[in-house]
Amino acid sequence: MFDREKLDRLAAVDREYRERLAGQSKKHPERQESFVTDAGIEIQPLYTPLDVAEWDYERDLGFPGSYPYTRGVQPNMYRGRLWTMRQYAGFGTAEETNERFRYLLEQGQTGLSVAFDLPTQIGYDSDHPLSRGEVGKVGVAIDSLADMETLFAGIPLDKVSTSMTINSPAAILLAMYIAVAEKQGVAPDKLKGTIQNDILKEYIARGTYIFPPGPSMRLITDIFAYCAREIPQWNTISISGYHIREAGSTAVQEVAFTLADGIAYVQAAIDAGLAVDDFAPRLSFFFNAHLNFFEEIAKFRAARRLWARIMKERFGAKNPKSLMLRFHTQTAGCTLTAQQPDVNIMRVAFQALSAVLGGTQSLHTNSRDEALALPGAHSVLIALRTQQVIGYEIGVTDTVDPLGGSYFIESLTDEIEKRAQAYIEKIDELGGAPEAIEFMQREIQQSAYRYQQDIESGRKVVIGVNKFQMEEEKPRDLLKVDPAVGERQAAKLAALRAQRDNDRVRAVLDRIRREAAGTGNLMPLFIEAVKAYATLGEICDVLREVFGEYRQQIVF
Amino acid sequence: MSAKPIRVLVAKPGLDGHDRGAKVIAQALRDAGMEVIYTGLRQTPEQIVEAALQEDVQVVALSSLSGAHMHLFPQVVEGLRRQKADDILVLGGGVIPDEDIPLLKEAGIAEIFGPGTLTRDVINFIREKVGA
Repeated sequence: MFDREKLDRLAAVDREYRERLAGQSKKHPERQESFVTDAGIEIQPLYTPLDVAEWDYERDLGFPGSYPYTRGVQPNMYRGRLWTMRQYAGFGTAEETNERFRYLLEQGQTGLSVAFDLPTQIGYDSDHPLSRGEVGKVGVAIDSLADMETLFAGIPLDKVSTSMTINSPAAILLAMYIAVAEKQGVAPDKLKGTIQNDILKEYIARGTYIFPPGPSMRLITDIFAYCAREIPQWNTISISGYHIREAGSTAVQEVAFTLADGIAYVQAAIDAGLAVDDFAPRLSFFFNAHLNFFEEIAKFRAARRLWARIMKERFGAKNPKSLMLRFHTQTAGCTLTAQQPDVNIMRVAFQALSAVLGGTQSLHTNSRDEALALPGAHSVLIALRTQQVIGYEIGVTDTVDPLGGSYFIESLTDEIEKRAQAYIEKIDELGGAPEAIEFMQREIQQSAYRYQQDIESGRKVVIGVNKFQMEEEKPRDLLKVDPAVGERQAAKLAALRAQRDNDRVRAVLDRIRREAAGTGNLMPLFIEAVKAYATLGEICDVLREVFGEYRQQIVF
Repeated sequence: MSAKPIRVLVAKPGLDGHDRGAKVIAQALRDAGMEVIYTGLRQTPEQIVEAALQEDVQVVALSSLSGAHMHLFPQVVEGLRRQKADDILVLGGGVIPDEDIPLLKEAGIAEIFGPGTLTRDVINFIREKVGA
């Protein structure tokens, strides 16, 4: 990339600069002993072509829309279409969440993202004893197709794309979505959206698992196979680093563990007999946008390049779409403070900007009050407007990958890729991601603890927590979920069980029991079951019987 | 410091999967010389009470970020009371709105540690109350 002679001359000038730097450091010592990123990468005072001397533009960067996709997955990126502004939302009943969805769409949001409550995510009906106190709290309660019909009432499913944060019972919620669309007269091949469907990170970091790894991976590959045939525009998985980062990992670990999970899914699908280019184009990813601005931008770019290389070199994928790492981003919930919550608006804005400069395909911006409660409507609006300011006002969308070629960004991108690659090799040695769950948990735990110690020692500044604290009034009017939502859902369930054809439900559940013990694709049966108004809990109970339940290894 | 280290059960009641805070607290208490048992995820109040008795702890530290604290935390205190173990100090942490704190304290939770808590404040609180 660079002329050898010129580089040698530059090296001489660089030495002079470093001498001057040392001289100046005596007069004005540096503010810190060292400057490091969150992942512990040491940052130099200045970056020059010397830092990227080995750089080969075509090999390492290439052009947007072309291998290795470092600069983005689309040739024109945001000059064509902005990212999808997709706020994660859901609380209480389907009625309440439907209202929030419509409000967000009216305000210019361009896609939906459903938050389900914990009983739904863990496959319990709202009237299950373990659901008590949890119904409708962290998301919307969905027990049956009836709730799903309400959730999307008045929202044409051929016009919006919908992302659903659902993992262990993903296949069943997808079945409900397909059934709602059918009732609206929308054909499956018109449906656009994503199911998270990423069980490995549930074991590693997020905790809403139900079944052991074996049957869970089978459900996932069933979805891959079914969607490839029936709903070709659907993203069949969102391989998620977000929760790994929220659990405390570094940026490098986030990339490494996410891509290691991705490798495991691709391998599982190939082992199940699928051809890589038949399913890989529909794989998508989900990352965190954390505080260390440049490291985050470099992280997104490094992840894109590393995945392209893995898919090409390791799995021999040929379809360009199989090589593209397309991703959703959410700003880092764990960086929000309960102290001086309005300051969170600024944190979110910078994090969102890093995601855009990193080339995200869709984005959720957190609301300022999320360290205190579920976000209120006004806070959500500010969060959405933050994206709109980035998209429409500040000009960062006018060219592709505006920071590409920055000596610092490129050097960080290289370093993150190199370190993540080393982690992936380590995980390979352990037998792949499903065998390395506890290894990853320990690594994350150590990083989380180090992060906390850095806050307590003041090495890491958190405005309002360990610096610039002040006395303040506690915010009022936080959103509170009506505690009666559990009873309302229970009443709806009782009515449903009285009205539906219970013989039909029993018959389809029996067939699921038999098929689950076999090897056939379960998706068509799930669709039949939800159309008969079998509840999520009933279907999951049958699967629990056949598959058993995952028992967590306690690592700390 | 007494000769015997303070024993603490760190517990995750309910269906919530957020355990970063619980694990960080567990490790900080251990580094401060306490003996710490972590229950792992998805414990019922009954299971937590049983573990507290079995492990003979002086402190139970509960963590919930799912909004189910009003339902779950008081049940742990009641369970301990029924087992005549109400000398065990019960603490809570997580995303807990301010207006819930007086109610939780009334129910017998000694203190609530929210987001931004420094681990040394938790350590000092436990030492003060359990009198090590």
